[in-house]
Amino acid sequence: MKSAGLAAAVVVALALQTTLARFTIGGFTPVDLVLVVVVFAALVGGPMTGLVAGTAGGLAQDALGGGLVGIGGFAKTLVGFVVGVIGAQFIVAQPIPRFVVFFLATLVHGACFFGLYALIESRGFAVGPTLTQAVGNGLVGVAAFQIAAILPGLAHARRPRGGIRR
Amino acid sequence: MLDIRQRTGYLFVAVMLGHLILISAQVPTKSGPHVLQAVALGAFSGVQRAAAGLAGGLHAVWTGYVDLRGVREENDALRRQIGELQVRLQEERALAQRAAGFERLLGLRRQMTLPTIAAEVIAGDATPGFHTITIDRGARDGVTRDMAVIGPTGIIGRVIGEPVANAAQVQLIIGKNAAAGALVERSRVSGVIVGGAGDPPLLLEYVSNLADVRTGDLVVTSGIDGIYPKGFAIGRVESAEAGPALYRVIRVRPDVDFSTVEEVLVVLAAPSTGPGAGS
Repeated sequence: MKSAGLAAAVVVALALQTTLARFTIGGFTPVDLVLVVVVFAALVGGPMTGLVAGTAGGLAQDALGGGLVGIGGFAKTLVGFVVGVIGAQFIVAQPIPRFVVFFLATLVHGACFFGLYALIESRGFAVGPTLTQAVGNGLVGVAAFQIAAILPGLAHARRPRGGIRR
Repeated sequence: MLDIRQRTGYLFVAVMLGHLILISAQVPTKSGPHVLQAVALGAFSGVQRAAAGLAGGLHAVWTGYVDLRGVREENDALRRQIGELQVRLQEERALAQRAAGFERLLGLRRQMTLPTIAAEVIAGDATPGFHTITIDRGARDGVTRDMAVIGPTGIIGRVIGEPVANAAQVQLIIGKNAAAGALVERSRVSGVIVGGAGDPPLLLEYVSNLADVRTGDLVVTSGIDGIYPKGFAIGRVESAEAGPALYRVIRVRPDVDFSTVEEVLVVLAAPSTGPGAGS
């Protein structure tokens, strides 16, 4: 995935996220499109792409969100890198494994994000909304791969490369 | 020479450390790196405005052309309602005239009307569950940090961060870190309304177990926070139970339906300074 494409994907995800959230103000948006883009990019491009997408998307979301800048960046960078490593080690090319990756990535992101906020501001962990978001992200993520498969050249699933050398 | 994958690992560690340092730098002041936030909001508000315009256009096409079933019946009902309201308006006008007469008689000064500016909501929260919105008015329109944002049925929130030229971020009163001075209109018992309480999303804190608060009481702003003007509706008491310590546990449901907020008013009167006011 090229840098320009990655940047455009993050910007479009942020624009869609904030536009969708406009219709659910005060409620809860059941999907985090920026996280979907980060996981998608990590599965397609590997750990480096996941790291860059996670850092850029997370920091942009933090800066626009009004909270502490860096928490979302930390959580998304971690998720992007780990998913990139998993995508390089295992074959994640079917809808169900992809759904599981998106689902688990959302849970890890939620644990990291809310965990840091709990340490700093004594906020509680929103279990119900995070599970809902995990399902939402999983469905949107799988759908994104299906759409990408129709569009030639957008996403080529990476072959397992034997992991990161030490 | 380092392997590229090994370098990715080092970069990952460096980036994570960078994030931690960034977070740590904000924790003592909780003020955030203003430059990054201002640059992000400034750069992205145009995209948000365009996306909001597109979504608004699609919504207008849908509601204006496609979704017009039952409009005739609704129109008839609304005409009847307008007739009834016009009668009520005449009554209220007569009452207002009497009140004005009493004011003159008692030598009371009429309260100044608040200077406000209308703003449109162009974006919701970038991070799900953060309860912030972006409005299409900013520094160019005289909007500054900590200005109150209100709606027709009550208070919405306050401006956070430094507004850019044509956009500003608003923290909703139901947000986790939001707070406002409040009082129960009937008994004049005062406390602090805080957000992020779940369902209903507001809690009225620091109200003594001995205070007179009942279910259904209207909670309004007290004005002591120096941000929200006094007397604006916040919500109604949904439950008021005796707390384990000195204070009651009072849950408040906001009067504003935040899911339908599209246009708001920014109170342009500069907030009075005070440590931690409104947050």
